[in-house]
Amino acid sequence: MSTLGDLRQKRWASWLPAVVALVAVFLFPLFFDPLDSQTSDATTALAYVVFALGLNIVVGFAGLLDLGYVAFYALGALTAGWLASDHFTGAGGDSGIDFGVSSFAASLPGIHLNFLLIVIGAIIVCAIAGAIIGLPTLRLRGDYIAIVTLAFGEIIGRVAQNGDEIKIGDYAFSNGRESISPIDQLNFPFVGEFDSATNVRPYFWAVFALLLVVLFVNLRLRDSRLGRAWVALREDEVAAVSMGVPLVKTKLMAYAIGAAFGGISGAFLGVFLNSVNANQFQFGFSIFILAMVILGGLGSIWGVVIGAALLSYVNSNLLPSLDRGFVGDFLTDAGLDFTLSQINFGIYGAILLLMMVLRPQGILPERRRKMELTEGIGGGDESLAKAKA
Amino acid sequence: MSAAGDRPPTAQADPAADTAPNGAGAKMLNVEGVSKIFGGLVAVDAVDFAIKPKSIVSIIGPNGAGKTTFFNMLTGLYKPSTGRITFDGRDITAKRPDIITAAGVARTFQNIRLFATMSAVENVMVGQHARMSGGLFGSVLRTPRVRREEKAVRERAREMLDYVGLRKDEFDQVSVNLAYGDQRRVEIARALASDPQLLLLDEPTAGMNPNESARLTEFMERLRDELDLTILLIEHDMKVVMGVSEHITVLDHGEKIAEGLPKDIRENERVVEAYLGKQSEN
Repeated sequence: MSTLGDLRQKRWASWLPAVVALVAVFLFPLFFDPLDSQTSDATTALAYVVFALGLNIVVGFAGLLDLGYVAFYALGALTAGWLASDHFTGAGGDSGIDFGVSSFAASLPGIHLNFLLIVIGAIIVCAIAGAIIGLPTLRLRGDYIAIVTLAFGEIIGRVAQNGDEIKIGDYAFSNGRESISPIDQLNFPFVGEFDSATNVRPYFWAVFALLLVVLFVNLRLRDSRLGRAWVALREDEVAAVSMGVPLVKTKLMAYAIGAAFGGISGAFLGVFLNSVNANQFQFGFSIFILAMVILGGLGSIWGVVIGAALLSYVNSNLLPSLDRGFVGDFLTDAGLDFTLSQINFGIYGAILLLMMVLRPQGILPERRRKMELTEGIGGGDESLAKAKA
Repeated sequence: MSAAGDRPPTAQADPAADTAPNGAGAKMLNVEGVSKIFGGLVAVDAVDFAIKPKSIVSIIGPNGAGKTTFFNMLTGLYKPSTGRITFDGRDITAKRPDIITAAGVARTFQNIRLFATMSAVENVMVGQHARMSGGLFGSVLRTPRVRREEKAVRERAREMLDYVGLRKDEFDQVSVNLAYGDQRRVEIARALASDPQLLLLDEPTAGMNPNESARLTEFMERLRDELDLTILLIEHDMKVVMGVSEHITVLDHGEKIAEGLPKDIRENERVVEAYLGKQSEN
C-alpha cells in the first residue's frame, strides 16, 4: 500500500506530460490550414472538454449525479444570443447597445457586447440557474437527484423551444427552433474582432484559453477546503455535516460552479456556431457529456480531459470517416440503410458498457474513486455505480 | 405528549445538583423536556438534562432506550419534536449540525464514520472546516492567507493525531486501512479538531478489550484536564461508566428513569429493573 506522500510525489512527476500535451494542443492549429475542418472539430472538442470539466465538479467531486447538464449549454448559448446579436432589435435605438466590439458590430441594432462580458454574463446566469436547480435536490440522494436534474434539463430545453412565445416586454426569450442568428464574431478588448469565415485558429485559441482557466480552477478547487468538503459529503453526508461542513452551501457551490463552466462553454459554442437554436439542446447532450466524464474517470481532472477529447474525436471525426470509408461501403453492400453517425449514441452506449466491464474506474482513474469502485468502500453513493452500469 | 405529571418521578429532581466537583453553578448544556417522536414511536420522552462545564457524564440504558436518538438531537441530526436545548447560553434547538459544531459541540459515532478514502490527516482537516475561512475565490487564487491557513490546518491535524496517540507513519495512511483502534483515535482527533467545548462520544469503547478501554478512560480524563473539555458519553461498558463518570443519566424506553452519582445509580431499583427485569412478587 503506497502512502499519500508517495502519491503526492508522483503527482509532481505527472505534471510534465500534462504540460507537453497542453503545448502540443496549443500548436495544433498551426499544422492545418486556417480554415481546415480539423481545426474547427478540435475547437468543438475543446468546448466539450470544458463542459466535461464542469460536469466533473458536480458528478465527480461532489458525487451528485446530474442528468440535465444540457440546461447550462442552453442558458450559456442563449446568453451569447441575447448579448451579441440583433435579438433585442429595438434596445438602445438604431445602433443598439454596444460595448468593446468592432465598429461593424457596434453599428448593428440590438445588444453587442465584448466576448469577455458575454462569458461573465453566462457565468452569472448559469451559476444562479445551477443553484436554483440544485435547491430541490438537496434533500434527495443518488438516483432521485438524477431524476430531478433530468427533469430540469428537459424543462429548460422546452422553454428554449417554445421561447418564441415567451415574451419579455416586446422581446422573445429565444427564437425557438428558428435560430438567433447571426451572433457576433469573437470580439476581444484591444485585440479586436476575429472572422471565422477566413480563419478558425483564433476560435481554437480562445476556447483553449477558456479551457486553461477552467482546468486551473478545477485543480485548485480539488485540493482546497471546498474540495475536501465535497469529498467528505460524497463519502459520508452525516459525518460531514457533524464535522461542521454546511450541507446546503457546499452542495450548491458544486452545482453553481459546474453550471458556470457549462455556461462558459455554451456561450463560446453559441458564438462559434454563430447561431443558437433549441434543436441543439437535446437530452442526449447531457448523456454525451456524462459519458465523457465516466469514460475518462469520475473525479479525475486529466482523465475527464482525455475522455472528453476522445469521445469528441469519435463523434466528429472517426465515425464520419468510417462512414465515408470501408464501414460505409460495407453497410451499403449489406443493404443496410444507416450510417454510424446515425447510431452514434448506440456506439457510445456500447463503449460505456465495455468500460464498465473492463475498467469501471475510467481511463485515468482518480485515486479515491478507484478505491470506492474496486475496494467497495466509501459507499456514500452506490447509486452512481448503479447509474454507470 | 402526555402531561409532565403523568411521568414517573426520577431519582433526582434537580439534575446535577449534588455533583459539583468544580463548584461551578452554570450549566454548559441544558436540555428541557426534549422529545422525539417517529410516527407512533416515542423514541425520547420529555427528557430534562444538564451538564456542568469540565465534567464527564454518561448516558446509559438498555438497547433501544433512545440514547443515540438523544445524541442526534443534541448535534442537530434530528430535530426535537418538543423541548428546548441550550448550549453555552445559546438556543441550539433544531439548529443545523454544522452550526452546532461551529458553536462548540463535536461528536464521534457508534459505528466509526471516517471518510474512508481520506488519509488520517485529511480526515482531521475536515474536522477543522468550521474553524476555517478560505472561500471560493481565495482557494482558486490560493492567496497568502489561504496558503497560511491550509498549512496551519495541516500542522494542527498532525498535532491532534499525535495527541490521540496515532503513530506518525500512519498519518498519511488512507483511513480505511487503519486498524480498528487507530480508526477510533482518528475519529476522536477529527472531533477535537473543531475546537469543541463539549465532546459527545457514542460508545467509544465498543469493540475494545479491557486494556484499551482502560486507556481510553484515562484519555478522557486527560482531555477534561488538559483541554478543559466537557465530555458526554453513551457507554455500555459499566466498568468504564462507573470509573469515569461524575454523573450518570439512565434512559429506558425513551424516558429518563434515574440520574445521579455512580454509586446511587448502581443501587437504584428502577435501573436494575430496566437492565435485568423485574423480580417476581413472590
